[in-house]
Amino acid sequence: MLLTATVFLPLAGAAVVLLLLGDNARRVRLFAAAVGIVDFVLALAVFLQYDRDDGGFQLTDKFASWIPQLDIQYHLAVDGLSAPLVLLTGLLGLAAIYSSWSIDKRHREYFAWLLTLQAAVMGVFTAQDFVLFFIFWELELIPMFFLISIWGSGRKEHSAMKFLLFTFTGSAFMLVGILAVYFSTCALGTCTFDMTRLVEMDLSDLLLPSQLVFALFFIAFAVKLPIFPVHTWLPDAHTDAPTAVSVMLAGVLLKMGGYGLIRINVSMFPDVASAAATALAVLAVISILYGAMVTFRQSDLKRLVANSSISHMGFVLLGISSVGATAEHLSPVGLTGAAMQLFSHGVVTGLLFVMVGVVYDKTHTRHIPDLGGLAGKMPFAAVAFLVAGLASLGLPATSGFAAEIMVFLGTFPAHGVLTGLATVGVLMAAGYVLWTLQRSLFGPRRERWDHLGDITHVEKVAPVLLMVAIMAVGLYPALLSDVFATGINEVLPRFTP
Amino acid sequence: MSGSDLYLLSPELCVAAGALLAIIANMANANRAVVTALGLLGIVAALVFTGLLWAELDGRVDICTVLEGDRGTAVYGALAIDRFALFFKGLIGISAGLVLLASYAYSQRFAERSAEFTALVLLAAVGMMLLAAGRELITLYVALELSTLPLVALAAFSGGQRASEAGLKYLVLGAVASAILLYGMALTFGYTGTTVLEGMALSVGDAALDGSRPFGVQVLVLGVVLMVAGFGFKVAAVPFHGWIPDVYEGAPTPITAFLSVASKAAGFAVVMRVFFTAFEPLEVDWALLFAGIAAASMTFGNLAAIAQTNIKRMLAYSTIAHAGYLLVGLAAVASRTADGDTIGPETVLFYLGGYAVTNLAAFFAVIAIAERTNSESISSFARMGRRAPWVAAALTVALLSLTGIPPTVGFMAKLFVFGAAVKADLAWLVALGAVNSVVSAYYYLRVVRVMYLGDPATVETSDGEQPARGIPLDLSVAVTAVAVVVLGLYPRPLFHAAERAVERLF
Repeated sequence: MLLTATVFLPLAGAAVVLLLLGDNARRVRLFAAAVGIVDFVLALAVFLQYDRDDGGFQLTDKFASWIPQLDIQYHLAVDGLSAPLVLLTGLLGLAAIYSSWSIDKRHREYFAWLLTLQAAVMGVFTAQDFVLFFIFWELELIPMFFLISIWGSGRKEHSAMKFLLFTFTGSAFMLVGILAVYFSTCALGTCTFDMTRLVEMDLSDLLLPSQLVFALFFIAFAVKLPIFPVHTWLPDAHTDAPTAVSVMLAGVLLKMGGYGLIRINVSMFPDVASAAATALAVLAVISILYGAMVTFRQSDLKRLVANSSISHMGFVLLGISSVGATAEHLSPVGLTGAAMQLFSHGVVTGLLFVMVGVVYDKTHTRHIPDLGGLAGKMPFAAVAFLVAGLASLGLPATSGFAAEIMVFLGTFPAHGVLTGLATVGVLMAAGYVLWTLQRSLFGPRRERWDHLGDITHVEKVAPVLLMVAIMAVGLYPALLSDVFATGINEVLPRFTP
Repeated sequence: MSGSDLYLLSPELCVAAGALLAIIANMANANRAVVTALGLLGIVAALVFTGLLWAELDGRVDICTVLEGDRGTAVYGALAIDRFALFFKGLIGISAGLVLLASYAYSQRFAERSAEFTALVLLAAVGMMLLAAGRELITLYVALELSTLPLVALAAFSGGQRASEAGLKYLVLGAVASAILLYGMALTFGYTGTTVLEGMALSVGDAALDGSRPFGVQVLVLGVVLMVAGFGFKVAAVPFHGWIPDVYEGAPTPITAFLSVASKAAGFAVVMRVFFTAFEPLEVDWALLFAGIAAASMTFGNLAAIAQTNIKRMLAYSTIAHAGYLLVGLAAVASRTADGDTIGPETVLFYLGGYAVTNLAAFFAVIAIAERTNSESISSFARMGRRAPWVAAALTVALLSLTGIPPTVGFMAKLFVFGAAVKADLAWLVALGAVNSVVSAYYYLRVVRVMYLGDPATVETSDGEQPARGIPLDLSVAVTAVAVVVLGLYPRPLFHAAERAVERLF
């Protein structure tokens, strides 16, 4: 019942917010925060309860006869791959609620959608039935659509629709893939949507060519991750979304793409994955370098962070491409690194967006040349921003370093040259991050910012939480990598012939 | 005609009696409430008898011994009494009842003719019920006319230019479709020498073997294709969709809802029964025919809907698209597995059921909103999320269901139908359908966006006067919208009923 509670508590909270609380902004906020805290505690409990020595799927919640005619089950469970991501979702959900304190219109709807979003993402990471997975995957679209288009800024309606259409197109392909897998298992004698069983089956002989099915899933996850050339929705959506939604979007929604790639593309179609590994690595390197180059050109603080996400999520795909290594070089390091990068990018970019939001709230501008000299006025915010930036460029002792080094170590045996090229992305990250920090936080004091003060205690909650996570993982990566490795080690034997 | 036939035909008879009672009550100067109540009474009685007959087929009730095994026929074999027919009688009955309920406020505007309104809806429902049960061509034809003619009158019911255009268009195009259908029936009768569907199946099967007919099997195929055209009119598939937008826009909104749901369901019922009993032995590749129509309907309907500014016209094109999704299911049914099993006929029935509640919810919400704004243009829906939160929420749920986004019944329906099609090796059609869903998301969600975001400047200030909408409309909006979500989360009962319904037909 623990997982069911973790997934549905935010949804219940959303219903309460919408129906019972009335229009008192303060009460709504406090209630939402309480739900966020409890759900974070539950997510933490999931993470801690997961027994990494036993491995496999644990904490299973199952209701087998949901739609028996098509063998669709209600089935939640976590393994080493999903347990940390559940924790990440709880953490960022809480951070998102705390960075929504300044929302000034339609509170009830806002928090209801934000909590629904959190429930949907929790569901994606825990669902082990393909149809249930898909339902949660789609459920996340609606809150995002409303959150961006009502509370966003700039061309918010355009961005919301673009986000929706891109993701929905991807999931349309995924639905075809899911159905193809299901009916192929029927041909094998046992019809099943059960993902825990599907990873154990041989899916090389499907109704459709398995390369095609792989591609159907890949498109859906590539849009979400995002990978060049289907990334164009991301800068728009991130830039126009309200702060908390950018946090959720960058922090956990993109992770659904990486999670799907590992959980489905890699685990269920190992042969295709290793055959396609070089292509994946090339796509990854293009994303990394292209994303970094575009980031350099940004003068809008939020757009800059958004574009850097494209580059950083490229490392996830690069880590995944390590499955192309020959048998004697194949190791869990690359995939574990990819999973670590999911978590790390979640907390780091989450923190970056929180800080961009704080800066924008104070200064009402995100135009980098207009900023500068803020550090003296808001030291706490500057430190948090700095930590996020340094983690983003992969400084040792931060989570970013732990993740990226593992990706490089794991991928090098498989794609030496491409990995080498990818390291240039890290270099460029150092460039744009430091340059940005210098221009926005440091430099000569400006009179126009003299009236600013440091952030309030409420606003400190989210940065502190995320900084703790960044440093903890950076200093002791095994905290996470052990759990991730438990999940990856279940996948890896499928690659050895 | 024997006494037991009265029992077997009780659903139709109850509805017809409701119609007559409504007219009689009107002559006795009863008010609108009484008239509508009598009509609803007829429908409730019909639903009770439908349930009773279903139980009889299950062997749980034993009132009459005519039903041997789990199917039977009535009126000298002209009508089938099987679960397939009963499923559709239930669906049509429920739709008609909800439409009557929802139009209670709406029919105020033609108060002096509200008895006729009620009676015509009920008579059309009788025709549709018979259509679902007919197993003989002439019965089918008569039932088709009975279901069409009242709808012609209803389409023109509000008076005025648009309504007259709607009625006339429906009448003329309907007549053309009927003529084509008759021609097709005549050809198939000439070839097979019988009008009973099962007899035709036997004859077709023999003919395929001996080749002794005076004219080739091509004539039969031509006849069948002409019948497809005739029924295609009823289900509103491309290229027989020309009447849809104008009729849907001109007709009173409750009638549009009724047309889009019950009429379509009856059309699919008859297509399924005719094709998969009579012409099954022909072994022509119907799958390709249906797949082609499906692809055209989905694509055309969705693309044309994008450009619409009137909500009823938009929903009109959307019903064409949904006819396409349903035909994806029929294409799957038509392309059997290697060992001759049919694939997923129950998914088509489930889709029809899910689509019925969804579309009814959408149209009822549109009625409720249009009553407030006196406008059916999408831009007038601005700020509905504030002005009428519950109705806006219901419309949102319905539109999400039409798009096929969980947790609504529309998602489950699409999942099942597309699943059947993938199983039938029609993955290309499913991919096309899935892409079409994306296109449809654009225009469905545009309405949602207008309701929750729309520019307040464009809102006509009609907030002041709140016309009497009344509890019946609110109730029907609530019932259908809740059903959309409940069936989306727990589709099992409906799916089970659909499975039972097709057990013996195939």
